[in-house]
Parts: sequence; structure tokens; C-alpha cells
Amino acid sequence: MKTFTRLATVTTMAALALSVAACGKEDTPSSNAGGGNAPASDTCQTSGATFTPASGVDIAGSSTFEKIKSGGTVRVGVKFDQPNLGYKDTSGTRCGFDIEIAQYLASQLGIDPAKIEYKEIPSANRETAIKGGEIDYYVGTYSITDQRKNDISFAGPYFIAGQDLLVRKDDNSITGKDTLKGKKVCSATGSTPIQRIRDEQLTEPNNIVEFKTYSECVSNLLDKKVDAVTTDDAILKGYAAQSPTDMKVVGQPFSVEKYGIGLPKDDKALRDFVNDALDAAYKDGTWQKIYDGTLGKSGSSATPPPLERY
Amino acid sequence: MGDFFGVLTNGNNGRVFLDGFTNTVELFVIAALCSLTLGMLLGAMRVSPVPTLRAFGAGYVNIVRNTPLTLVFAFLIFAVPKLGLNINPFPSACVALTVYTAAFVCEVVRSGINTVPTGQGEAARALGMTFGQVLGLIVLPQAVRSMVPPLMSVLIAMLKNTTIAAGFSVLEAGAIQDYMSERGEPRFGVLLWVTIGFLILILPLVAFQRYLERKWAVAR
Repeated sequence: MKTFTRLATVTTMAALALSVAACGKEDTPSSNAGGGNAPASDTCQTSGATFTPASGVDIAGSSTFEKIKSGGTVRVGVKFDQPNLGYKDTSGTRCGFDIEIAQYLASQLGIDPAKIEYKEIPSANRETAIKGGEIDYYVGTYSITDQRKNDISFAGPYFIAGQDLLVRKDDNSITGKDTLKGKKVCSATGSTPIQRIRDEQLTEPNNIVEFKTYSECVSNLLDKKVDAVTTDDAILKGYAAQSPTDMKVVGQPFSVEKYGIGLPKDDKALRDFVNDALDAAYKDGTWQKIYDGTLGKSGSSATPPPLERY
Repeated sequence: MGDFFGVLTNGNNGRVFLDGFTNTVELFVIAALCSLTLGMLLGAMRVSPVPTLRAFGAGYVNIVRNTPLTLVFAFLIFAVPKLGLNINPFPSACVALTVYTAAFVCEVVRSGINTVPTGQGEAARALGMTFGQVLGLIVLPQAVRSMVPPLMSVLIAMLKNTTIAAGFSVLEAGAIQDYMSERGEPRFGVLLWVTIGFLILILPLVAFQRYLERKWAVAR
């Protein structure tokens, strides 16, 4: 019996170790899931734009700014799992288009970007985090919608995205949203893009695959378990830029998503300030520099979108 | 208050709730039947006179019961396809829940059997009954009585465990809140409705447990 107990313990541990190893792998689709030839671009590279904190900034009537000024730091809500958008690499460095926009705004508010306190807020909790004062502003593929404006307010848009498809490089059968019938389509659980696929019946309900994160979808795409990953093209371009030899973005967007900076609802003074700051970045080329050094690496170009002030 | 009911009536939200809970119930019924069967078999192995079977039963329980359910799911959804087996998410979820819950059912069955005094089994064997007869005619009927409450707890836990499948591409009750928050519905209201949904599903199970307990009650 004693030998048996020992044997059982060993088997248990071995099984656990195996299963842990098996799933640990899934979180890093870019590393070797594509058959070993995908470049491991997990290390963060910045666009090279530098942000010097402005001095003597004052925003009259902004309660949020009072807090930022007295605390000497700004708390920014971001994503951490979107390559070239909002990403944190294995060494803990953050980079990407959204991150650099957030850093630029911090510098305009008179805060050294190195002093930003980042908070990783999942999509579903964004309004709550802004309303509850957990963060000062949010930069992370945050689409401007009228419904969200009931809870918070938006500066921007600072980028215009649209729902698109990410497919394997050698797959020429998917050319747009109307060629998805019979193909397995993957996206994040309950996300707007997958709801659109479901509602417009772009593919059969059986072929809709939903995981908690996009990286799980991308991993399944490379493993040929799904045929397309769908969400905003900005996010897809980020993945495509990570392993351009394995994947491509179809490039036929079928929706319009205007990304805004999420701000507390009643702080119009801060909203105007952020809009002015974005406008300045559009004009002096900072925006372009940030884009070209991050999302632009996927090969597609973009220009700053017109601001929608309110 | 209008907000609260609006969660169900806005757009096709009601459809998502209905689809979600239908899938939850399907998942629950299939996994419950399979895990009860598998659990009974494993329980029988754990009390059987054959050492190999006993070892297998004990090994199964020790491995599976000590593995987080999420890992069982992840193993079936992400690792198994790498072996070349392609199973759809829904069947995979059924298998994951069955494999996991069976370990708990097995222990409930074993503890139930242990409540029957050894004299009962010995007497049955003295009458020349086979192992199957001893278990099926003498021991199990007495054991089932004390198995009902813990078995119901295991089943209720499993009903709630089905929500883990939401993370693995099964659109069930656990995924409803993801859908609703994308549609901008108030989180509190959504979660309250999901809770109400689960209460509605669990109450019959509780009532069933009461009924069985009363039916099989004996004066002690």
C-alpha cells in the first residue's frame, strides 16, 4: 500500500505538470505555435517618439486634474495582451500604439511617463473603473458609443478601426465577410464582433468559436483549428505584425469603430484639454510617428481621424 | 427598475439569456447522467475485492479531484487537438465536466457504501451471493439513502461549474454577462438575472432531494 501511495503521488504530480505545461504554451501563440518559423517578437519596441513632461500645466475646474497634480502620478487604464497596441512583454515593459498615446497624454498633463501607474482593466470593467475613480483615463481600443456616454465621456477619436478578419497567410478562400460560410470563426467571448457574426449569420452557429482572449484564437488559427479570427483591424494588425510570415489581415473592414480616450463623465475641462492635446499631436507629427513605429509595422498606413468634440 | 427588466427585454437580449440557459441545462443533464454512471462505476471499483480495480479507482480520484476544473477544460480544448483529435467545444465540455464530477460522485458512493455495516455484506456473502449481488441487492439499496444529500450537493456544484465552459467556447449562462456588458447593459442587473436563473434551476434539485429523503426515510 505504501508503494502504491508513493506511485499515486508521482503520477498525480506528473499529470499536473504535463497539463500545466500544455496550457501554459497557449498564452504565447507567437512563440512557436506556427511550426517554429514564426519570429518571437515578444520584446517591446517603442516607436522612438520621446515625451517630455510639460511644465506649469493647469486645467481650471477639473477635479481629476487636481488629483493627478497633488498625487504627482496618473493612473491609466490599459490593455496588456494586444501586441503593438497595449502590450506588456515578459520583462514587464509596456509598449504599443495605445500605450504611447497614454504616455503622450501624461506628458501633456505634466507627468513624467515613467511615473504612470498602469492598471490592467478588462473590457467589461472599463466603465466601472472610470466611474469609481480607480483610473484617471483609459486608453485601450475603447470604441465611442452613445450608450457608454451615459456613464463616462470620450475624448477623440484618436484612431478609427473596423471589424476585419485575420487568416493564415496561405489561405486565399476568405476574402471578406461574405466568404465566411462554412468557416470556423473565432473571437473573444461575447465581444461585439462575434455578436455581429452571429446576428448577421455570416457563418453557421456551430462554426462560431469563442475564447476569453484573442491570443487563444490566434493560437487556434495557427493550429488550423479555426479559419479566421475576427475583431477590430487594429488588434489584428498587431498580431499580424508579430508573425507576418504566418498570418495576414484580409483588409475589408465591415464596421466603423472610433477609438476614444475614456474619461470621467462630468469633467468637461479635462476632456477639452485632452482633445487639444490630441489635436497638437496630429499637427506636429507625434501621432504619425507613434503610429508608424507601432501598428504601421504591419504594412498598412493611417492618418489621424478628425476629432469629435462635444 | 425599468433598467432591471430592460436587461431581459432590450433588443434580442432575451434570446441570449434563453440560449445561454438552454445550453447550461443541456450541459448539466448530459454531464450529470454521464458522471453519475462513471462515478458509480468508479465507486464500485474502489470497494471491489480486486486490488487492480481498487488502485485504478483510487488513482483516478486522486488525480482528477486534485486538478482544477479549468485545467481539465484547458487540457481537453487546447491539448487534445494537438494530438490530432478534433472534438467540438460542447462535447469537450461535457467530457470535462463528467471526468471531473465523476471523481466526487465516486467518493460519495464509497462513503455511502461504508455507512452500511460490514455484517450486512458478510451475511450476504455467507448466503452465497456474488459480488454483484451483494452490492446490487444488499449494500447499495441501504447506501443510497445516505448518499442522497451529498450527491445533490455535488450535482448543484456541477450545475454552477458549467459556467467555466463559457471560457472555452460554449455559449452558456456564464457567457451571458460578456454579451451583455458589450451591449452596455448594467452589470449589476445582468448578474442578478443570471443568479435568478441559476436559483430557478437549482430549486427543483433541492425539492427532488427532499422528496427522495422523505421517500427513503427509515426510523432509526
